[in-house]
Amino acid sequence: MSTTTPQETLRADLGIIAHHVARGSRVLDVGCGDGALMAALRDERGVDARGLEIDPGNVAAAVGRGLSVIQGDADVDLQGYPDASFDYAILSQTLQTARAPDLVLDHLLRIGRRAFVSFPNFAHWRVRLSLLWGGRMPVTRQLPESWYDTPNIHHVTIDDFRAFLRQRGVIVEGAWFLSGDKQTTSAAANLLAEHAVFLLRGEPGA
Amino acid sequence: MLDTIDPDRTTDARFGLARRVTLPGPLRLDGGVLLSPVDIAYETYGTLNADASNAVLICHALTGDQHVASTHPRTGKPGWWTRMVGEGRPIDPARHFVVCANVLGSCMGSSGPATINPATGRAWAMGFPVITIRDMVRAQAMLLDHLGIDVLQAVVGGSMGGMQALSWPATFPDRVRACVVIASTARHTAQNIAFHEVGRQAVMADPNWRGGDYHDESAPTAGLAVARMAAHITYLSEAGLTEKFGRRLQARDAKSFGFDADFQVESYLRHQGLAFTDRFDANSYLYITRAMDYFDLAEEHGGLLANAFRATRARFCLVSFDTDWLYPTAESRSIVQALNAAGAPVSFVELSSPYGHDAFLLEAPELNRVVDGFLRAGA
Repeated sequence: MSTTTPQETLRADLGIIAHHVARGSRVLDVGCGDGALMAALRDERGVDARGLEIDPGNVAAAVGRGLSVIQGDADVDLQGYPDASFDYAILSQTLQTARAPDLVLDHLLRIGRRAFVSFPNFAHWRVRLSLLWGGRMPVTRQLPESWYDTPNIHHVTIDDFRAFLRQRGVIVEGAWFLSGDKQTTSAAANLLAEHAVFLLRGEPGA
Repeated sequence: MLDTIDPDRTTDARFGLARRVTLPGPLRLDGGVLLSPVDIAYETYGTLNADASNAVLICHALTGDQHVASTHPRTGKPGWWTRMVGEGRPIDPARHFVVCANVLGSCMGSSGPATINPATGRAWAMGFPVITIRDMVRAQAMLLDHLGIDVLQAVVGGSMGGMQALSWPATFPDRVRACVVIASTARHTAQNIAFHEVGRQAVMADPNWRGGDYHDESAPTAGLAVARMAAHITYLSEAGLTEKFGRRLQARDAKSFGFDADFQVESYLRHQGLAFTDRFDANSYLYITRAMDYFDLAEEHGGLLANAFRATRARFCLVSFDTDWLYPTAESRSIVQALNAAGAPVSFVELSSPYGHDAFLLEAPELNRVVDGFLRAGA
């Protein structure tokens, strides 16, 4: 995080996203929570940020910060957004909660010229150990809920996601892998990273 | 910011409570009639700053009035939106110059069927031209001209007030910077029109109505009370009614096997209906419900709601309530979608409340938080 001083208070994956969003761009943050990333983008980088968030308490908090946030469901409400209406569409920690993550990703790449996607890696070694030795669904720092109350209904690993992107011809313009607040290498990411952040683009040359 | 206040403005007779102005007009109404002169009763709170940039227009609902945060002269009750407007509230006279005007067609001092037609010297009654929500907005703009306000910091309204608020940037794209629309809609549905028609027919079925010419005799209070009773049900939720009244009996231990108000809910509605007739004019009720039924903002803009917002740079904030079945969340969502399509900055939240449509008038900390944050962001 040493290179992202203005976003020090942001969660690590959001800090990476904030650091790589172009100044003055238009951003749609899908699943924006209480608007922490949007506020940082607005205040530090002069970004015109809009948000979509399912939880009314979070929407109220974000609007209370002066942000433009719409209460809605990524699975339902993304279809109302026109093509290429944003420079970036951001999906942080929301992919694994979507009912149809593949369709959400399609919309993301349609609405944004580029998309940031971050998610917890289900192949992290702690998760693997938990299943291998404990025989129990993992409850970790990144995945704190029990099996019955987790919002994460589509667990995904970094290698799953890479294969998915290849299959769909999605271009990866950047990828960052986090263990705690530290970055890890791409090669070992599927084992060592708790978190992944991808910068994606839909069609070649778009 | 005391040094920026023009001293003349604090003693200006145009500003303050219980104001009324007669503007020459003419006001060209959507129905084609030229209305002249135009009376507008209004109140202002707070101080207009030197560059007249802190004005917030509050738009009232169907049976509301200009007494948004002052005691009602007929009922003696506090203003109808003191939870939103006042010291320490989201709309605060310490920061904002608050304007609230009685809508055209109403009966609290602005031109309407109960005011005198200068051509005849008698009440307009049903001779008053039929008006629209947009006509109300145009009349408000005339008032702002009179007050020296070119651009509103914000226009804020719930229910029919929300319709006006939404019409503001559509009608005067450059005269409003922010727009708050609460528990409202961009058009009246068949069901909305149907309930209003029940109310109008109740008024017109009252023999005292006499085609609207009742001003020298008894008013059609029975019909107007029934209209209010029917409408009042639409402002509440079933769960809210059940919680408040259930099937409890009114001041008795057993059913009377008659047609008294056996049930508390009957007694409550009868009281609501009757109390309403003390403060509202039956013809005004006809005219304003008509204006609401005619409201279809998309229709005014080539059938596409997004077109209504293409010319404005205003920011928007919409709030709905999950138990509001009069103007349900889906109506707000379709407005949000149109605003998105028009590229307008928009926030929207559906808040949870057991109280139905009326929730916007009740204590709602989340609503205040949203409106406060939204207004401060643009200040």
